[in-house]
This record gives sequence, C-alpha cells and structure tokens, in this order.
Amino acid sequence: MARLIRTEKEVEGRYSEQWILVEEDALDQWPAGPLETVGRPATRLSGPERARGEARYIADLRLPGLLQAAVLRNPHARARVSRLDLAPALAAPGVRAVIGPDDAPCLTLEPEYEGAAVAAVAADTAEQARAAMELIEVEWEPLEPLLDPDEAVARGSLTTDPRRTERGDVERGLAEADVVIEAEYRTESVLHNALETHQAVCEWTGETLTVHISTQWIWGVRAEVAQALGLPQDRVRVVCEYMGGGFGAKGDAGEYTFVAAELARRSGRPVRCALTRREENVNSGNRNATIQRLRIGARSDGTLTLMTGEYVCSLGWSGWLPSTAGPMQMLYACDNVSTVEYGAKLNTPPMAAFRAPGFVEGTFGLECLLDELAARLDLDPLELRRRNHADSDPADGRPFSGKNLAECYRRAEAHWERRQEVQARSQGPWRHGVGLASQVWYGAGGPPSYAWIRVGSDGNATVVTAMQDIGSGTKTAMAQIAAEELGLPLERISVELGDSARGPYATISGGSSTVPSVGPAVRAAAADAARQIVEIAAQRYDREERVLSLKGGHVISADGGSWPLEEVTGLLDEGQILGKGARGPNPTGMRTLTYGVQVAEVAVDTETGEIRVDRIAAIHDVGRVINPLGARSQVEGGVIQGIGHTLSEQRLLDPSTGTVLTRTLDAYRLPTIADVPEIVTDLIDVPDTHLTNLGAKGLGEPPIIPTAAAIANAIRDATGADVRSLPITREEMLRALREARRREQVGAQAG
Amino acid sequence: MLSLRVNGGAYTADPEVSRSLADTLRDELGLTGTKVACGEGHCGACTVLLDGVPTLSCITLAHTVGEREVTTIEGLRDHPLVAAFVRADAVQCGFCTPGQIVSASALVAANPRPSSDEIRHGMSGNLCRCGTYPRIEEAISTWHD
Repeated sequence: MARLIRTEKEVEGRYSEQWILVEEDALDQWPAGPLETVGRPATRLSGPERARGEARYIADLRLPGLLQAAVLRNPHARARVSRLDLAPALAAPGVRAVIGPDDAPCLTLEPEYEGAAVAAVAADTAEQARAAMELIEVEWEPLEPLLDPDEAVARGSLTTDPRRTERGDVERGLAEADVVIEAEYRTESVLHNALETHQAVCEWTGETLTVHISTQWIWGVRAEVAQALGLPQDRVRVVCEYMGGGFGAKGDAGEYTFVAAELARRSGRPVRCALTRREENVNSGNRNATIQRLRIGARSDGTLTLMTGEYVCSLGWSGWLPSTAGPMQMLYACDNVSTVEYGAKLNTPPMAAFRAPGFVEGTFGLECLLDELAARLDLDPLELRRRNHADSDPADGRPFSGKNLAECYRRAEAHWERRQEVQARSQGPWRHGVGLASQVWYGAGGPPSYAWIRVGSDGNATVVTAMQDIGSGTKTAMAQIAAEELGLPLERISVELGDSARGPYATISGGSSTVPSVGPAVRAAAADAARQIVEIAAQRYDREERVLSLKGGHVISADGGSWPLEEVTGLLDEGQILGKGARGPNPTGMRTLTYGVQVAEVAVDTETGEIRVDRIAAIHDVGRVINPLGARSQVEGGVIQGIGHTLSEQRLLDPSTGTVLTRTLDAYRLPTIADVPEIVTDLIDVPDTHLTNLGAKGLGEPPIIPTAAAIANAIRDATGADVRSLPITREEMLRALREARRREQVGAQAG
Repeated sequence: MLSLRVNGGAYTADPEVSRSLADTLRDELGLTGTKVACGEGHCGACTVLLDGVPTLSCITLAHTVGEREVTTIEGLRDHPLVAAFVRADAVQCGFCTPGQIVSASALVAANPRPSSDEIRHGMSGNLCRCGTYPRIEEAISTWHD
C-alpha cells in the first residue's frame, strides 16, 4: 500500500522536510557477497555504442530544419547595457530569429556577472548565428564589481542567511584541551569541464515542447521549464539518452534551454543552443572557492574537545550554500563543535554543485588540520582518527544504519605501513612521504523513484525507468539488479531510460543517489514480474507456487522440474508480463552515510616545488557493490579529479577586472593520462542491512572527497611543510617549505 | 566541390573555405562519431587519422586534406581496440572515447605492444574528464588478447 509520510529528504547534503509517497518495500535483502549477476563485474551495456561513436549526444541529433543558436554575453564582471540594437542581426544571412531582454526572462540589460546572457540569435548554421550575434549593436557601461568574499561578508552581500550550527560548549572544550591549533585553509574555484558542453535542442509540436538536453535530471528540467513557460508538466517532454558528463553542473535547465525554447517558438523550427568551450569555462557553474578559518583542540591522548569553523564560500551571483562545515559536524565524535558558513554574493559566475559540493573543500581543511594536530601531539594520524571515531551521529545521537569506517581504517593499515619504506626513497631534493585522510558523505538516496519491467514471450526483459546515465554506468547496474531477481543472464536484459514521456519518475543523477534510489525500485519491479511468471508456471505445470523459483533462465521446481523461461512466457504469444516497482522509505530514526579512507604516496622536489603523486589507495564503504568493474572506474575517476583540483586546476580571475582568464583547456589544466598515479581500489562491499531491499549506497562522490587532504598530508610527511591552499601550486609548495624552515630555525634557536 | 577519401570510400562535399574537417565530417558527411569538445585543438576528442597520422580535425581545414585518406571512428568500428576499451571499462560518459580509440589505433599500428610509458606519452593529448585513464592504459595493453 502506498503511504504518505512527512519526512526529511536529502540531496547533496541539502535537507528539506516534505511529503513523500512511499510504497512498501517487502523484499528481504539478498545475502552479502557476489550473487549470480549482482556483485560480479559487468562491462557496461552502453559501452559498445559509445566506443563505436554510435551513441547520439545532443550535438549529434539531426532534426529536420534544425537551427543553431549563438548567445550575446556580458564580457564584463558587471555592467549595464546602455544601448542594444538587434536589427542588424535580424537582417544577417541565414538568421531566423533574434531575441533580447524583452523576449525572455533569462536575458538581461543589467548583467551582474561575466557571461550573463543579453540576447540570442538562431540561424541556419552555427557560423551564421555567431556572425549575426557579432552584428548586434551593444554598448556596455562597466560597473564596479564586488569580488572579495570577506568584503562581501562584511558588507552583508550574501545569497542567504549565514548558517550556524552549535553543539556542546566550545568554552568548555577549550578548558579541557591540552593543545589548540588554529589554521586558515583556502580552496580555489574549479570548473567541471564535462567534455560535452551544456546544451539543449528544443522543438515545439503544437503546444508540446520537447527538450533534448544533456542533463543529470530530466524531471527537474521538466518541472523547471513547465513552470517558467506556464505549461502543464506533461506538455514538456525531456529526453536525454546519452550525456557526455556532468559532475553536478547539469542539474538545471540553464539559460541555454530557455533561449532555445524561445527561438524555436519564434522560428517554428527546432533550435540547438550549445555553450562553446570558452562559454563553458565562464558560465556553466563552478565549485566555489572557500576560505576556512578553523580551530581544533584535543587532550594529549588525542581526544578531540572542540572544533570550530568559519567558512566563507564565494558562491558568485547566485547559487546555494553547500555544506562546507559538514565534515566537521559529521566525521568525528567531538562534544563541542561550532560552525558558521557564509555564502558570499559576488559579481562572478554562479556556482553549481560539483561532485560532493562542500565536502571536498571542507574535508581538505578538516583532515589537514587533524594531521597538524597529530604532529603537534606526536600521535600517529591513523590512530588519532580511530580514537575519535563516531559510534553514533555526533549531532543528534542517531544510530548509523551501517558504518564500516573502522574496517576502512583496518584495511588502510597495510598502505599506511609502507611509510618508512616510502620515506627511505628520499634522495637529494626529492622527499617522499605518505599521508591519509578520511571521508564522510551522504549517499542513501531516497524515495520517490519508480521502474517498470516488461517481459516478452521470448523470455527477455526490458527495464523502463526515466532516469539518466550520466556516464557512471547506472544503466548497467539496473540491468544487473533485474537479471538477478529474474534469474536471467545479463544479456537478456535491456534498459530504456532518459525520456520523461516514456517512463516513470526517477531521481536526479547526483548526490550519489541513482543506484540507492532507482535500484530498489528496479528490484521491486522485477520481483513483481517474477511473481507473475511463477503464477503462470504454477498453473501450466500444475505445481504449487511456493516450490517454484527463477534461475539461470529457467523456472525451477523444488521437485527437480525445470522449464526454460521462454517456454513459460512463450504461452503468452503477444502477451507481456508487466512488473512495476517503487523505492521504499529510508530507515526511520537512523543516519545513513558513506565512508572512506585514502592513503597517498607523494614525492616533492624541495628545490623547485614540483609535486608528484605516486600512489593512492582508496578504501570506501558504500554498502553493497552492484558492479565491481564499474565501481572501480568510479573510484579511479573520483581520485583523478581529486588530483586535478589538488595540483593543477583552478579558475583564475583577472584581479583587476574580475573576468575569467582560464577559458580554454590549455589554460585550465585538467589531469592527463600522464598525471595518473597507481590507484588501488578497495571496496568494503557489505550491504547496509537497514537500507532498502539492496543495501547499496551511492558511490559517485565519496572517492573525490579525501584525495586532496591525503596528498597534502603526504606532503607534510615528506617535507614537514603545511600546505594550506588548493591547488598546491609550486608557489604554495615553496611558501610552505620556507615557512617550515623558518619554524625549524626558530625551534633550533629556542632549543 | 571537394573530394574526400574517408574510411575507404569516396565523398564529395561543398564546405566553405573556413570549414573544419570535423564539421565537414559531422555536418556534411553525417559521420557524427567524431566529437568536438573544445573546438580549438586542446582536448583530442576530434582526433582522426590522415594517412594514419593522428590529427585534430577541429583545427584542420577540410580543404587542406587533399589526397590523404581520412580514418574516423566509423572506419575503426571493427578494430579490436573497441572491444578492448569496453572490456577494460575504459568508457564512462563516452564523449572522448572515439578520439581515444583513434589515437590508440595509431599508437598500436606503430608499436603493437607499447609499454606503460609509451602509452602515457602517446595518449597524453586525449583528455578524459571522467578519469578512465587507468582503464585506457589497460585497454591498450591488452588490445591484442
């Protein structure tokens, strides 16, 4: 029976209280460990068509009459448009429609950040659209931008009220502490740079708008577009069969969608609006920069007595305030914790969620600080973390639904013990060291999500659910779950996804929520279909239902009878067996989180500041692992992105104008294959027995979270230097080395 | 009219003088397997072979190709590297993958058993934001299996 409950819903650490319709989840979890298909490596279903260049991304769609759009964008950090004449563009060759601020709410005469859209053109070709766009007569009046986050906080320029949390009594914690350390950490803004840029093709059919879009959430886009255009939701169809990466930045419709929709409406033709790579690097979202002023206190045995954090997040002109304080609030047992987070509203392009938003930045600060504390107390960093393990939710005492962080620590030992051996490799200016960092994140998923299953008379099954596969391999995981429940080999399962008109609601591909949200719905749908197959077989072969089960593509009877599934379903002729399933509720009164530890080995050239990462061991607890092959790829991908923002990636702003300097992929330095160290992946793979019929949590985000701190701590182990800002450029490395030398000299003089 | 030899076939097209090979392949010849991710020669997604030499088609003018044979991912669909990439899980979002496979095909044509360093050197011009690099290295190390 469907139940209406009032519950807490979490996406990327954003909690909201809302009504949720949940259905019963009556299935028992499968036993732990590899099963027939679930828990065994599977190559991805969409791998061949992607590798062969057959997968159609948005730019590959060839709709008849398709027009291409170009957008006129503000080149200043902040400006006012004093004159705008669209007429020259309208008269240009190939142009079919031109729109300005009077025509669409996403266009403006008062752009408050670089890249804000002012006008747009649709033409027969992209070149014509760009040429026409450059003919638009526009006069900009540049205005003084607000760029400094501390100044924004001081002036009260905030996107939202400051967020304060408090537990215990920090003064008491200070009184109990034998050691207190304060430090300021900084992280720079980094860019998602999915290789497929943000884009959409919009097409009107009567009063129905079809949006083909590279998106992480077709249902979110549908709701957003329907509301903005005043359409019933079912008049907006959103399609995304393949997408070329997102990493958090493709959760919304984006101004390019509204531009394409309006140009399509005016021209009566389908219109594609795609960001160029340079637009992507300015105006498609970013991981916001942070300043973190942190304090930690502990007794001499390492017991934490207090933690405080002031976080200033440079969100840009709009956006939401990610939980940068989350790791401090959640990772360790500590009675006295006080945090405040400010979302600085600046004349810079708005932030967007980026793979574990907030936690990546906050974990860098917290986990470096913990190692600074370990050094001061002369305690082993792994032991310090063990001593402060949180046995229940430190904020409210709620029990955890499944926590194997201690097992992660145990498995980290083997990598941590390489420390002496690694340090001994130091030679000349090259110093080697090992560092580690822990991680906590969400990843429980939640209702609602739905799936249908269709079994044809040939005994093959198709899963239908309107989710997206962002590239993480969730499509394959869904097929494995259905195969397991139906007792079918994987090659007899197909998955249809990515079309809001042709499948039931499914969750966002974000917040590490797809597998834990949609997976249980797929299993429930498969179980519904399996039950019907057993009912049919019981009647056909004159057996009791309770003695029948599905295995290896057969209906098996406890008395030894066995019939191929297609023999049973073959009775149906054109008939089909239809199963449906829904995601049940999360366990009440419990906290469901994901955990991990990474151990990094680095080498630092103390003369030049060059840093090389040699090895990273990534040990993560995400409940049951559905596909070990795809899971390993997720871990490696997270670690590699982590290495990117630790060592080379940063969006640079021109300090005098506030405009973005790193607009291209040679200026913005993504990791290449030559930058990748040895990566050892170790997943605990124990089902969370309280969580759904699968016991599986999300994996997309956890692996990127501890990488930066593990590397920074390895640098400290190698050199004694405290690096405190990301990315750790050579400049920062040399600064930290100089500071360490100064400290040593002062210590020697004092001694 | 411009004559192009692509994947063993003869094509004619009428691109403007300023048109890139990538756009010509995609828009005039319908060969959309070649992806354009940056459009300015920084990422390798648009890699094709010209007489076997990996070339960035987004910064190559169609009119400069001349008599050279163009090989795109569509011409390499039966190459064992395709199966090797799938087997090694070297495909996540897949947007860079055609370009990766085209580059890798030139690498293994010149050097069928490349070392780890040779793979890293030969493939460092092809960016992958999903981070499939360890899997790409495995795929190229095992393509002949």
